[in-house]
Amino acid sequence: MAKLTIEDLKKIRQQAQGTVTMREGSHRAKITVHMGTCGIAAGARKIMDAFLAEVSRSGGTDVVLTTSGCAGLCSREPMATVEIRGSAPVKYIDLDEAKVKKIFEDHVLKEKPVTEYALVQGSETTY
Amino acid sequence: MERVYRTHILVCAGTGCVSAGSLKVRDALVREIEKHGLEEEVMVATTGCNGFCAAGPIAVVHPDGIFYKRLNVEDVPYFVEELLVKGRVVEKHLFAEEERNELIPVMNDIGFFKNQVLVALKNRALIDPDVIDEYIGRDGYVATSRALTEMSPGAIVEEIQKSGLRGRGGGGFSTGLKWKFCMETKGDVKYILCNADEGDPGAFMDRYILESDPHAVLEGMIIGGKAIGANKGYIYVRAEYPLAIQRLNTAIAQAREYGLLGENILGSGFDFDIELYYGAGAFVCGEETALMQSIEGKRGMPRPRPPFPAQKGLWGKPTVLNNVETYANVPQIILRGSAWFSSLGTETSKGTKVFALTGDVNNIGLIEVPMGITLRKIVYDIGGGIKNNRELKAIQIGGPSGGCLPASIIDTPVDYESIIKTGAIVGSGGMVVMDDSNCMVDIARFFLEFTAEESCGKCTPCRVGTRILLEKLKDITEGRGKDGDIEILETISRNIISSSLCGLGQTAPNPVLTTIRYFRHEYEAHIYDKKCPAGKCKALISYIIDPEKCTGCMLCKRNCPQECITGEKKTPHVIDQTLCIRCGLCYESCRFNAIRVE
Repeated sequence: MAKLTIEDLKKIRQQAQGTVTMREGSHRAKITVHMGTCGIAAGARKIMDAFLAEVSRSGGTDVVLTTSGCAGLCSREPMATVEIRGSAPVKYIDLDEAKVKKIFEDHVLKEKPVTEYALVQGSETTY
Repeated sequence: MERVYRTHILVCAGTGCVSAGSLKVRDALVREIEKHGLEEEVMVATTGCNGFCAAGPIAVVHPDGIFYKRLNVEDVPYFVEELLVKGRVVEKHLFAEEERNELIPVMNDIGFFKNQVLVALKNRALIDPDVIDEYIGRDGYVATSRALTEMSPGAIVEEIQKSGLRGRGGGGFSTGLKWKFCMETKGDVKYILCNADEGDPGAFMDRYILESDPHAVLEGMIIGGKAIGANKGYIYVRAEYPLAIQRLNTAIAQAREYGLLGENILGSGFDFDIELYYGAGAFVCGEETALMQSIEGKRGMPRPRPPFPAQKGLWGKPTVLNNVETYANVPQIILRGSAWFSSLGTETSKGTKVFALTGDVNNIGLIEVPMGITLRKIVYDIGGGIKNNRELKAIQIGGPSGGCLPASIIDTPVDYESIIKTGAIVGSGGMVVMDDSNCMVDIARFFLEFTAEESCGKCTPCRVGTRILLEKLKDITEGRGKDGDIEILETISRNIISSSLCGLGQTAPNPVLTTIRYFRHEYEAHIYDKKCPAGKCKALISYIIDPEKCTGCMLCKRNCPQECITGEKKTPHVIDQTLCIRCGLCYESCRFNAIRVE
């Protein structure tokens, strides 16, 4: 490893941003793939992999991807929820890899929800 | 481009968690994750201490920052299945606060963490201390690059001075002023030293800063080096801190590889390098002049000042010595500005302070709090109150140089001036909480035993005086106290303070003076009534069986190592006081509360 310049330092910092964002909770967008038994059976793993590939490909460091259990609507799995900081979460249903690509490009990157794939906007009330 | 993971599992690898088995848990997690084929999407990393040592082994799972406590190897398959395969929160290992009686999943909702403000510990549990890139990712070495390329030594000193940062090792001297004196001293060779010779019993602040964020300390030293014009730094670290040493060595090697230590750092033309020096564990070597003698290969003993180290320090050269925590604050001040730093804390005590919170509180661990926070907030909001629903009796602050503060002044703010007024000192950050089962005379004896042992022997008042204090305290706790003893303790204490050369002697009597000041009645009970109100001093107590309550179950009789309990089955037992050694086994074994301490 050659000696760093100030530019190199900035580059390393940029590259580590994804890790930092994840741990600080300072992400702009969060994608949750629902991976209950129903989701897994309907192919949520493929959806998960597709999102992972999209996040890697985009090189964005402000997006986190995570999983959760069943969202309660087992017949419309695989499902995922996309949350942009400051706006209501959107639940997407009946996903496949092509839909993932579009959702990622439009909603996650450009912050425009893909209404035709969406089930609903918002979340249930919790106590 | 770095790999993207959906989950980061950050396993705590501070000394506390490691000794509770966290590295085994980490290895089991890695194996289990590979078994499920999830290694491409889940990252397992180790971090420095989270501070909540009582709950170890700890892991924090991101995103969401869910805090898991008391993990063990046996539970790992279940943990991975629930968390990663099914995507659920693993309730079994969540933290619960006793009085709230509910599970608290998110780390920053837990009282212990919520009430802390992190500056020196800002990277704790967020980065792997062995990976320099993670440190750089959280703005690491930005302060260094700014200080080396954009700031003059005078500008750095001014910024540190304006921030109000004061020495975190105990003295509380203005760091900026210290740097200024050394900067203004002429000399080709100067040194910058880091005091990591943490010696207070029960204190582990510096150890954990070095273990969880070694680069922050290196950065503070590089910036200090530029400010005073030094090209060489030494870290005087206790040889008893193997993990801290290992992480420091790794950090120094990585920094050298990146050219962040060595010649022409970041192309700025400034050269600086750091070496470790292992201390052999003498308490007096935490004193600055003794520490320098020790590095020079001489016996660690203090020497008179002036000349101050800023004029004549290590090998007679101008030297600045600061403590680990002080250095860890420096990059943050350069990065975020003196105005930001001085907005934290009180009028005269700026910033935060790290404390090792221990003793009879529910949440034992390492905490960082803004200066000026009250002791009450530390004990109850962060510490979670006193264990086993007992009463708070005293808070020992500042270790063997500090004092015991009674529960009645629990609303005292923790800043340099307020604590000095109580007779204690903020010190390096040891904080021992004591419940009503502690005897204050015995506590004073404990600390004097330590300082009498650690006195280097150079000054007679300290060498002989601490011995006399110790003997007197032993007499009092063992029932040989006489009228006038308290006054003798006070006089000798004052003489030691006024005639010792260094901080060790000047503060050693503090535990005696504060316990007399706040708990005089306990001394009097020992001396005049030959009683220990807390039931701690063996020579002054006796165990007595209440014949009304004793059922004659014979349990105490069987447990007594002296075989001095007599009595037939189902008839009240009696302890022979002439044979009893007051071990307390009968007291602990009785199921009917029939044995009392008098």
